[in-house]
Amino acid sequence: MTDAVKPNVETTLVNLTIDNVPVSVPKGTLVVDAAKRIGIDIPVFCYHPKLEPVGMCRMCLVDIGLPAVNRETGKVETDKQGRPVINFGRALQTGCTVEVAEGMVVVGYTEKVQKARQDVLEFLLTSHPLDCPICDKGGECPLQNLTMAHGRSDSRFIFDEKIKLAKHVPLGEMIFLDRERCIQCARCTRFQDEIADDPVIGFEARGRSLQIVTYSEPGFDSIWSGNTTDICPVGALTTTDFRFGARPWELQASASLCTHCPVGCNTTLNTRREAKAGGEMVVKRVMPRQNEEVNEIWLCDKGRFAHHYAAKDDGRLTGPLVRRDGKLVAATWEKALALVAEKFEGAGKGLVTLAGGKLTNEDLYNLAGLAKARGGKALLDSRMAGGDLTAQVGLSTGSNLADLGKGDAALVVACDLEEEAPLWWLRVKQAAERGATVIVANPRRTKLERHAAFTLRYEYGHEAALVTALVGSFSPKRADLPAAVQALIRDKDVKDAGQAIAGAKDLIVFYGSEGTGLAESAALARACANLLIGTGHIGRPNNGLVAVWDKANAQGGWDMGLRPSADLAADLGAAKAAYIVAADPAGDSPALAEAVKAAGFVVVQDIRLSATAELADVVLPAAAFTERDGTFTSGERRVQRLHPAVPAYAGLRGDFAVTAQIAARLGVAQEKRLATGVFNQIAASVPAYAGLTSAALSEVREQWPVIGRGDVYYGGTTYDNKQGLGVQLPVSGDSPALTFEQPAEPAKFKGLKAVPVTRLYDRGTTVTPSAVLHPRLPGAFIALSVEDADKMKIEPGQKVQATLNGVTVEVEAHIDNSLAQGVVLAPRSFGLAIEGPCEITVKK
Amino acid sequence: MANVIGSIAALMNGMWTVLKQGLEGPVTVQYPEVKRPVHRRFKGRHFLRRYENGLERCIGCSLCAAACPADAIFVEASENTDDKRYSPGERYASTYEINMLRCIFCGYCEDACPTQAIVLGDNYEMSFTDRSQAIYTREMLLDPAAPDARPTPQKVAPGSFDRSIPDMKDPD
Repeated sequence: MTDAVKPNVETTLVNLTIDNVPVSVPKGTLVVDAAKRIGIDIPVFCYHPKLEPVGMCRMCLVDIGLPAVNRETGKVETDKQGRPVINFGRALQTGCTVEVAEGMVVVGYTEKVQKARQDVLEFLLTSHPLDCPICDKGGECPLQNLTMAHGRSDSRFIFDEKIKLAKHVPLGEMIFLDRERCIQCARCTRFQDEIADDPVIGFEARGRSLQIVTYSEPGFDSIWSGNTTDICPVGALTTTDFRFGARPWELQASASLCTHCPVGCNTTLNTRREAKAGGEMVVKRVMPRQNEEVNEIWLCDKGRFAHHYAAKDDGRLTGPLVRRDGKLVAATWEKALALVAEKFEGAGKGLVTLAGGKLTNEDLYNLAGLAKARGGKALLDSRMAGGDLTAQVGLSTGSNLADLGKGDAALVVACDLEEEAPLWWLRVKQAAERGATVIVANPRRTKLERHAAFTLRYEYGHEAALVTALVGSFSPKRADLPAAVQALIRDKDVKDAGQAIAGAKDLIVFYGSEGTGLAESAALARACANLLIGTGHIGRPNNGLVAVWDKANAQGGWDMGLRPSADLAADLGAAKAAYIVAADPAGDSPALAEAVKAAGFVVVQDIRLSATAELADVVLPAAAFTERDGTFTSGERRVQRLHPAVPAYAGLRGDFAVTAQIAARLGVAQEKRLATGVFNQIAASVPAYAGLTSAALSEVREQWPVIGRGDVYYGGTTYDNKQGLGVQLPVSGDSPALTFEQPAEPAKFKGLKAVPVTRLYDRGTTVTPSAVLHPRLPGAFIALSVEDADKMKIEPGQKVQATLNGVTVEVEAHIDNSLAQGVVLAPRSFGLAIEGPCEITVKK
Repeated sequence: MANVIGSIAALMNGMWTVLKQGLEGPVTVQYPEVKRPVHRRFKGRHFLRRYENGLERCIGCSLCAAACPADAIFVEASENTDDKRYSPGERYASTYEINMLRCIFCGYCEDACPTQAIVLGDNYEMSFTDRSQAIYTREMLLDPAAPDARPTPQKVAPGSFDRSIPDMKDPD
């Protein structure tokens, strides 16, 4: 993106005329962009508004003239009528590489320009296979559209001379390359280079032999690969997920949200009725939906491909199940709900509700309401704390990561941002490229460090201490601080980083869950809040705390009054009745499985039969996110709405409706018909959500770059956002106070210390049903330091037995050379029993 | 007077026509034993054709469905492999359905087809006792393979059929 089109940057305006229409645009704007702003289409192939211009395809050739300036007087020469004399160049110029200038005249309608466009297209088509009928891009293809608009009806080239190339090259497991279709615009390679910073594909050879190749092993090893298929102006890159799935014009589009991480990327679900699926409506693909404040026009591969868990396959629950004689058997809703209500009635205050973090705000509100009305506990299935602090010192209305630039800073602590929330990694990286100071604090190397001004290392367990040290480096030294903090304060990098933070105009702090359990997370969140309060970076847009939640809607959970349990096993084990919704504690950890078994009466509500559901007394089915209405609150505290894309199984409703039906039988009145009805109640009773309406969530504004709208050649096949950009919540009005807590000493263990880390591609229940991702899903693994691996003589890739919390799992040993001795990384959601730092024994 | 003669002439003319018709044979035929030939450009029920080697011409591109003004055609595509090849190239129609109750026999599907796979034949004998019988599936529409050709799916030598659409020839 050039400086000129960045939002909120004051620049001088330049006046020019494009096709006789006068226009004023900021200095530095490119001619194609200036034309786009007034609705004049200059056709392009290689130019993309998010990428640096290269002027390779020559499609944007236009006649550009500048006013003649008298060399002696320095004044613009005028003709007899007093109009400025315009000197046009002898040759046409590429509109994508020329910046606007005062008095410039751009002409795109003359025969000369039309001829140039025709010729460029004729050249491109000399070797294009024209197999549009079987091409997945056919119907939303810029080359097709521009040929129809600007091309000749015949070709002067010899068909027999068309080159024949491989049409079925698996560039990676998720992306197919058709070498014949490629027009060598380099959008994909430039995207991987400039935007994704994973330069794993590139051009090989030159001229007619030029082709796209992948340099990585496995091929196209990037979590951003799907985006290249969106911006490819032909059908050279297509996804295996959508391969021959439907023709684009047959698809219906519904606005939705990605439910995998707290970024809350806006998506469009493309659906079609399918004979193969027995005549059901099926989600055929997930496409990004433009929201320049959230995901721009991008989507990570997990968001794009890991949607099959919501599909209507054999694994989905279609009706209630009740345990009879030790077996779960089908039951009517009436009977199942009556039984649940009877048992909940009997449990009294012993009711424990556990809510998963991918539930909507409406579900969470009703669940919390039920628990509160019955005097029970409302728990959130999350291992992170700080939702109360993000409500106080989080990002406030009007924040946009795209506004961070020179003079601003972003601190990313205890978080592998690309793995935990890929889009935030992308946007923080872009902030660094605009000049923001990015400080990455993590015990091991992460990808964001390539763009960091300061890279701070600390020992696992010292997260809070490090953040406290950052405060300490500019506040009077406190003698009562622990030795670890004192040592960190004296570190030069920490000192410099602290100064950068103190001097930053705007500061956003991201904290994740790298190596932290709930207790460590609470301390870290508090320390981060202190840092922001202490340096005065609160209460203004683009300042505040962002939790990189482990669950998509954990923020919503906190806002609706749910809290993670400090000891979930104890809480579940002691429950007289447990109501577990969209969470799978038994699948997460064997210790929790025991607790679920110990609980009195267990009701599990989910879309699939989870490990916890297998232990339940009653299993209630619910509609998946693709089948229902609802809102999510992202980590940036943006409330956004998803819409149903496909019908649910007969009788299945959103979770809030099932909860409301149970509540009704217990004499608690809850909205059970419409999600928007619950949302109105949230708006009336939750202070931060006061006054919110569904209409406000559906508001849209003009966004730049302009995409969609029939001109797919400009931004790719990303969908235009017509269904709402969401609303960012204000921060609570109370002035938050500094609450210093002594950073605790990290737990010490006799043997090796295992710390939990989050991987994007895990083996959780929302990822594994997507077969398309399977080749990229690693098996269970642990990562050892070089020293420990040497000591135990473990080779990379070797199978070892890892024992955590009494559970032994066979895992593959990886070696991470940025890891300190004595520390073992144990990834979450891989079947390893890890919730926080704990001891691990590794045997060969 | 002239009026009377005129009336008699008209009467005789009419009687002559009746007499002439009475001497002609019947226009009706003993359908279904006897079938009248249809006109050359008659559009009857569709057929999905094959190449000489037995491979299906249809590549599942769905352009017929897009061209259909009555939305009578439904196509779903899948991917060919050399072990299970239905049509040349990468793509074939794994589901192909025409709802004959909706079809208006306009022939636009024929025009849209890039491989001349779908043609409207001369079969007009489509009567149903149930609406679901009006859905003609791929199996019903496909021509049988010629006696000397193999039926689909075929196992073929790798890489022998990598073009979905026959190569274009230079215009003379």
